[in-house]
Amino acid sequence: MKDDRDITQEIRKPDAAPGEPSSPVVDAHRVDPVPEKRQYQRFSRLNRILHIVMIVSFMSLALTGLTLKFSYTSWAAMLSRLLGGFEVAGYIHRFAAVMMFGIFSTHVVDLLRMKRREKKSWRALLFGPESMMFNRKDLRDAFESVKWFIGKGPRPKYGRWTYWEKFDYFAVFWGITVIGSTGLMLWFPEFFTHFIPGWFLNVATIIHSDEALLAVGFIFTVHFFNTHLRPEKFPMDLVIFTGRMDLEEFEEDKPAEYEHLVREGRLSDSLVEAYPPIVIRAVKFFGWTALTVGFSIVVWIIYAMIFAYR
Amino acid sequence: MKSRFQFVNWEEGMWKTVLAMLPGAAVLAATGFFSFAVAQENTDCLACHSDKSLTGSHNGKSFSVFVDEKGFSSSIHSSLSCVSCHQALQGKELPHDPGVAPVNCGACHEQEFKMHSNSLHGKAVAKGDALAPRCKDCHGTHDILPANDKRSPISPLQVPFLCGKCHQEGSPVQTQRVIHQDHILENFSESIHGEGLLKKGLIVAPNCATCHTAHSILPHTDPNSSIAQKNIAKTCTKCHAQIEQVHRKIIRGELWEKEANTLPACVDCHQPHKIRKVFYDQGMADKDCMRCHENPNLKASKDGRSLFVRISDVNHSKHGKTACSQCHSGVNASHVRPCETITKAVDCSSCHEEVGQQFQKSTHGKLIAQHDPNAPSCKECHGTHSILGKTDPVSSSFPTNVPDLCARCHREGEKAAVRYTGTEHKIIEQYTESIHGKGLLQSGLTVTAMCTNCHTPHSVLPRNDSLSSVNPKNLPSTCGKCHHGIEEQFEKSIHSRLVNQTNLDLPVCNDCHTAHTIRRTDEQGFKLMIMQQCGRCHQEIAKTYFDTYHGKVSQLGYTKTAKCYDCHGSHDILKVSDPQSHLSRDNVVKTCQKCHEGATRRFAGYLTHATHHDPKKYPFLFWTFWGMTSLLVGTFVFGGVHTLLWLPRALQARREKKKKESRQTDEG
Repeated sequence: MKDDRDITQEIRKPDAAPGEPSSPVVDAHRVDPVPEKRQYQRFSRLNRILHIVMIVSFMSLALTGLTLKFSYTSWAAMLSRLLGGFEVAGYIHRFAAVMMFGIFSTHVVDLLRMKRREKKSWRALLFGPESMMFNRKDLRDAFESVKWFIGKGPRPKYGRWTYWEKFDYFAVFWGITVIGSTGLMLWFPEFFTHFIPGWFLNVATIIHSDEALLAVGFIFTVHFFNTHLRPEKFPMDLVIFTGRMDLEEFEEDKPAEYEHLVREGRLSDSLVEAYPPIVIRAVKFFGWTALTVGFSIVVWIIYAMIFAYR
Repeated sequence: MKSRFQFVNWEEGMWKTVLAMLPGAAVLAATGFFSFAVAQENTDCLACHSDKSLTGSHNGKSFSVFVDEKGFSSSIHSSLSCVSCHQALQGKELPHDPGVAPVNCGACHEQEFKMHSNSLHGKAVAKGDALAPRCKDCHGTHDILPANDKRSPISPLQVPFLCGKCHQEGSPVQTQRVIHQDHILENFSESIHGEGLLKKGLIVAPNCATCHTAHSILPHTDPNSSIAQKNIAKTCTKCHAQIEQVHRKIIRGELWEKEANTLPACVDCHQPHKIRKVFYDQGMADKDCMRCHENPNLKASKDGRSLFVRISDVNHSKHGKTACSQCHSGVNASHVRPCETITKAVDCSSCHEEVGQQFQKSTHGKLIAQHDPNAPSCKECHGTHSILGKTDPVSSSFPTNVPDLCARCHREGEKAAVRYTGTEHKIIEQYTESIHGKGLLQSGLTVTAMCTNCHTPHSVLPRNDSLSSVNPKNLPSTCGKCHHGIEEQFEKSIHSRLVNQTNLDLPVCNDCHTAHTIRRTDEQGFKLMIMQQCGRCHQEIAKTYFDTYHGKVSQLGYTKTAKCYDCHGSHDILKVSDPQSHLSRDNVVKTCQKCHEGATRRFAGYLTHATHHDPKKYPFLFWTFWGMTSLLVGTFVFGGVHTLLWLPRALQARREKKKKESRQTDEG
């Protein structure tokens, strides 16, 4: 709660930042003066919406799917009943899967539209500095990160997308392909057995459920830590919901991008007004819910794996 | 009706007659014609009638007219001449015309003849009944022997067989004429009279004629009949002269004979032809008993229990026609209180013998024999004086009342349930909720199975007794009494003891359906329970079932998915290798199609009992599983290590941030 208050206070009192003479933010303000309430916009509206929808879809898939995977635990039976019985859980799972496919397609279409809008070449899209693709800098960043972790160097100057963010991004591609394809086989076994042998459905079951376990486990632990539970962001980083972050934080977090924008004089293009407190509160409520559900699922998985596995 | 006799072999006969006449003529000559001109000595008749081939005919039927001289000479009529009986031939020239009037026995046996004419037999003869017996049918013709000659058909030992010629099952008389009694000869031969006569050779034992008379045989409805209601006592007392002592109260002052119509006749108690070797204490007429027992305050002096009997109860009961003393045996008629000689409790098995034997072998019966105070005797279930048949809705043994009846002892906490050590509990409650209980008690279907349908009424035995109707060996046939079609299927299945020669415990009906909680098989509870039931024996296969989709979904309480019996069948389970099996190569696709309409042979290749723990049987699954697990572990280790390494720096960053913030607030 204390932290909450701190953050809101910070937003309410934006004049705190410019008063800092030694801060690099001040330099930035000098170069590119910015109205005090303005924040850096990191995510587009569509991307934020997609992420929210994805949370809903992913959580639904996880909850309903795991009841089946861990059907031998009393938790699963209880949850299944809570969701309105297995049949309803099945419908939710399939509906959420369709949603996930929709998110994925929307994102891909959005990428292509962006390419056209910004008249980017394929090369720029895939290998430019704002690309999600892994590049040499990521390798270097990763190497320097480890050095930083063990106290042998400074914090690397991360760019727009850090390597772990890119990892999370491509994990979705991988997950959608693997879980999605096997999921379709299990959804339409009569159709798919025209092409694949019956026993492959058993294989598909294992792949689908274990890959899902990996996804759920990874998102609710590593991803949660990297973006929310990291002590400096604790308890959560709201940027994915609001799309905006304080300039000071931005400069500290992604120095490479910040410098890049400042150098090109484009920073002011990306500055927007902060959301009013009511929006922040709503976003926090949603975030807390997602976090709670996610952690509960992790606890359940650990319980099922350790105490009830078979 | 005039008979017309004809000598068929007339020519031969005449020559013989002529020849036979030669010695006769000599005799005549010797006697100097002192006798009648036409001498009719027996020898004259026999001259022709000793020829064995001599036949006459009547109405187109030919018959022998041979007379056995030897038989005749030893008969009771040997001293008589032929014409004494064949009076129509008196003074006729020989050889006589064919067509001789029949012999009239009544000429000499006037009284007997009159009696016969008035009797049932005689009247039938007069009516021209071809089956009606004439004198000769019983007594014979030329070889009539006196009744005291053992060879005579009317000697006491022969009479039953003589009468039995007509009065036995299947004879024309018994089938074509109205005879109210059946199995007369059989019953008689088993009765105390028949046994004395036929087995012990007591010729003074009564035979048919003793009661029915020889000639005055009349129906019992005829007041003159020896077996008429008012005459029967007289008939019986011909032999049972001292019977008055036994039947003292009834016949005191010869009431029996004088007012026979107001009293029961002998045969009311001692059924005709069936008279058994038992003591009928029938004489203790219910009225006599009721003289004391109709008093509602009558109490036993010993233990004070009420001895009041409501006679209307008895009259309306199944035993309405049974006298008190038939059950309460051991009364002595010569006592003023005949019942004071009773020493034993009522023994129902003296009449209900078979049931009694069954009961003795049952657990209930054995406990009775051990004088167990909790053991139920007949009356515990059936009651005492007001016993009703099981078809009477008021009866305690009427189907809908039986569960309550058994519950008196077998309800949880009651005396039988307390001593029970088996696994079945809350039997009555469970039964009531079961499909049988609901059928019987809610739907009122009296044919629904209740306690005694499965456990039998009188042979109740524990499950582990091989004679028990609920012993695993016998259970299929017990359930099959109603569920016959299922039994037929089951007995052909791999679970049947008739098919599967194994030492393993094979399942029977109750192993899947339970004994008392039997549910509708289309109810969710049953559907979900069945997997545990099969899994009790098929442990491995059940476990692997729960590893695949169908099993997992079922475990979450979803019933619209394949359970054991959906694929394997329920009662007709066969080995998968059996071509008749639902899962044989020929049938499996069809079985899948029950739920998966578009299923193909390849679809049927889905492994419904697969496990990823068996690298030999399911290498694909095994390696997929371990591949995926490695991927998981690898990813988590990588992510985990990265996060942990990061943690100290992240904490440091937080500390710095806090410091900065506090500095800012201080300044602000």
